[in-house]
Amino acid sequence: MKDIVDATSEVRVNDFVIKIANVNGTGSASANGLLMKAIFRMGVPVVGKNLFPSNIQGLPTWYEIRITKDSYFARSGTAELVVAMNAETYKQDLAEVSPGGFLLYDSTWPRPDLHGRTDITAIGVPLARMCNEHFDNARTRVLMKNMAYVGAVAGLTGIDVEVIRAMVTEMFGTKAHLIDANMKAIELGLHYVRENYPDPLPLKVEAMDATAGHIMIDGNTAAALGCLYAGATFGAWYPITPSTSLMDAFKSFCEKYRVDKDTGEKRFCIVQGEDELASIGMAIGAGWNGARAFTPTSGPGISLMSEFIGFAYYGEVPVVIFDVQRAGPSTGLPTRTQQCDLTLAAYASHGDTKHILVFPANPKECFEMAVQSFDLAERFQTPVFFMTDLDIGMNDWMVPEFGWDDSYAPDRGKVLSKDDLEKIGKFYRYEDRDGDAIPYRTLPGVHPKGAYFTRGSGHNWKGGYTEDSAEYKEVLDRLTRKWKSAAKALPAPVVMRCDQPARRAIVSVGGCDGAVREAMDRLAEDGIHLNYMRVRGFPFSEEVDAFIAEHDEVFVVEQNRDAQLRTLLVNETSADKTRLIPVLDYAGMSANPKFVIEGVKARLEALGDAA
Amino acid sequence: MTSMPKPFIDKHLPRNKLGLSVRNYEGVMSTLCAGCGHDSVTAALVQAFWELDLAPESAAKVSGIGCSSKTTAYFMGQSHGINCVHGRMPSVATGANAVNGQLHYIGISGDGDSLSIGFGQFAHAIRRNLNMLYIIENNGVYGLTKGQFSASADYGSKSKKGVPNEQTPIDPCIQALTLGAGFVARAFSGDKSQLVPLIKAGLMHKGFALIDVISPCVTFNDHAGSTKSYAHTYKYYHPLVHTDFVAHADEITGEYAEDGEMRVTLHDGGELRLRKTDDNYDPRDRAQAIETLMTGESNGEIRTGLLYLNEDLPDMHAANKLPETPLNALPFDALCPGTGALASLQKRYR
Repeated sequence: MKDIVDATSEVRVNDFVIKIANVNGTGSASANGLLMKAIFRMGVPVVGKNLFPSNIQGLPTWYEIRITKDSYFARSGTAELVVAMNAETYKQDLAEVSPGGFLLYDSTWPRPDLHGRTDITAIGVPLARMCNEHFDNARTRVLMKNMAYVGAVAGLTGIDVEVIRAMVTEMFGTKAHLIDANMKAIELGLHYVRENYPDPLPLKVEAMDATAGHIMIDGNTAAALGCLYAGATFGAWYPITPSTSLMDAFKSFCEKYRVDKDTGEKRFCIVQGEDELASIGMAIGAGWNGARAFTPTSGPGISLMSEFIGFAYYGEVPVVIFDVQRAGPSTGLPTRTQQCDLTLAAYASHGDTKHILVFPANPKECFEMAVQSFDLAERFQTPVFFMTDLDIGMNDWMVPEFGWDDSYAPDRGKVLSKDDLEKIGKFYRYEDRDGDAIPYRTLPGVHPKGAYFTRGSGHNWKGGYTEDSAEYKEVLDRLTRKWKSAAKALPAPVVMRCDQPARRAIVSVGGCDGAVREAMDRLAEDGIHLNYMRVRGFPFSEEVDAFIAEHDEVFVVEQNRDAQLRTLLVNETSADKTRLIPVLDYAGMSANPKFVIEGVKARLEALGDAA
Repeated sequence: MTSMPKPFIDKHLPRNKLGLSVRNYEGVMSTLCAGCGHDSVTAALVQAFWELDLAPESAAKVSGIGCSSKTTAYFMGQSHGINCVHGRMPSVATGANAVNGQLHYIGISGDGDSLSIGFGQFAHAIRRNLNMLYIIENNGVYGLTKGQFSASADYGSKSKKGVPNEQTPIDPCIQALTLGAGFVARAFSGDKSQLVPLIKAGLMHKGFALIDVISPCVTFNDHAGSTKSYAHTYKYYHPLVHTDFVAHADEITGEYAEDGEMRVTLHDGGELRLRKTDDNYDPRDRAQAIETLMTGESNGEIRTGLLYLNEDLPDMHAANKLPETPLNALPFDALCPGTGALASLQKRYR
């Protein structure tokens, strides 16, 4: 075995990646979460990426913890400390240890072959043996092995065990025996490395004060919280990875805040549909009837929902659709991330249909934009797509705490009350009374004068069936005007300008944000200066058009094969498509700044140019 | 063409308790073929609503696609209606009903809409015991696309061109019984005296009420050799139970009295009076209902009436513990936990 501290290793404080290779179904998720959260509680910025298989038990899973003093929250693509707990993936995991890095392995068994890697250091800890000696049943031994590596990693890197102890205590509450057992396992790992590897690793976690006012939360939970705060009362869904946890979270929030303590009555209704077609139909029925309604799903669900989405668009029924995108096409990679439903959602359904989309980039925006989505859906009386993805939805992100303004009043749009209906002469559902392309609507049961017939068949401004070309076109043209007018109401793009004039820029969307920001810093170090705009809504505002026009060339950075954001920009702005350069990543992993840097540099090299 | 209003003259017509005539319960002019069974169902619905003294705005009409689904425009013009996509009416009804259970939901569907493209949604609405009246206007044929067999076409029934159907039929009543529906009836559009009380009873039943109405298609399925023609239906039509609906009940009983009449009080008001025919049929016996329909099918009889009734199943609202105040009418402060709660719940993410 090599010396513990490799002379060539530079000391990295609060700036390295711990990658844990494990087998799914062994309970490693809570151990990994514990490690990450402990670092967070030490005041050190951190992000966790869970790489899991589409499987219940027995397949490889990885968890990457990036400790990032500079708050770079993208995947770094490096692995300075690899914890190899899965024999099946050992060779791959070994290969991924960054040069100068460390491999922690279970030395219960003979030390595995290093396959010629002389640039790394192997650290053996007899995890299984220690757990077998100290715990009785087989399941406990497996679970505790995970806790033992938590202790070992803490010991090697300086993660505060007292912080871990406090968390274990919170986790198990009054179950003292579980607290004791878990702490015992953690201490086994800790003491072993302290005794056997007394010299500290060059990978250090040192307390900072950079996480105050922040939380660690996943985007699905944040979006669910947004649904709760927006006053959504109806949700229908069909289970699909990676959106399922959104409804799980909504349900648990509702059970906490929306159940009458005396009567047990529930101020919400969640229906698990028989499929996505039914789920969107239910949400539309509830929206038609005046409730804030939503359905969370993923790409395959959007495909199934498409007919109904066109109905809601044409019949002008508010509904919010959460699309937690995963890699396609078809079943694709259900547990991998992509931004591959952009064009699908933008034009979902047959015939001329265009929708409103919002693009959150992190859980804080998930919370805020979920609330906005309901306002938009009711204001514009149309489906609104909330375009998130697996990386945002299922990974824990460090974000500033969410705020709320108690003076917020939901924008319920133009809904006529009983009194309004008493006063008006005659009500016509699709009449553009205000000249803003948004008609008034009424709810069933309120007043006989408000009755109208919602139909997906051709209709005129009165809501009557029509096959008359002029009448049909009149409604269709108003829908276009209505859709376009939404651009101003959507979350504004976020623009970052470099401190010197830039001829080139990046336009990106959603969860690419972290990778783009980090790439821009790296590129700036190489003298390549770019401006940056992150779009947050579709239809695009004039600001997007103007930003593109301002630059000679714009790199459109996104996570799909077909440059879907670029397609939307070409379709829906006046941008010259030859000046929109696609920079694409569709490997299914959380965005990594490398692909942005390489994409930009490749283009510049091809041009023989510098920014 | 555009939809045409019906001429509105009701000066000499009788009024119900709300001071409304049947005209107030009508919709726009039907565009179906002259003699279509569906128009008779529409007329029965108008009659039933008028007789029940229900405010027109207290109803919500839902439908999918097809000749039957179009009819929601032809009755209750003062009620909201939603004519959605093919076979998906039950889901829209589910969502609508969940957020306001105080309306009377009437779903109109067809055999194609409910038994082919929408078979899944039909089944699952029953499983949820959605509180609605669900009418299938069943003619065994696709009308709007000009005469293809539907899933309810009987084995051997002939198309207009004389081609026999070679697939076994789906019987919506048997399906509903096996799926646990609490109110299952079969009727014939040609017998308004049977249909109107069944509609009233179905509306007042708290839970899923299915009425499968044999409603002949005069254009594509009313020829010799068809088992869904007027002539065939009249010939093999066999009422099992006579049903009367009385708006206000005074006593509650559930057994056949000595005069052969069973009285059932419905949760939503009113009383059902069921009279036995010679068959000694008991609509409380689910297994017997299934058996009766299956034997009827094998000897070509169309057995009608209230085939099964169970008032004791909790509907979707009860199962979900929904409050008396509809979800769509809850004040925002009853839904949003506010700033204080947000601050404290975020502690768990620290």
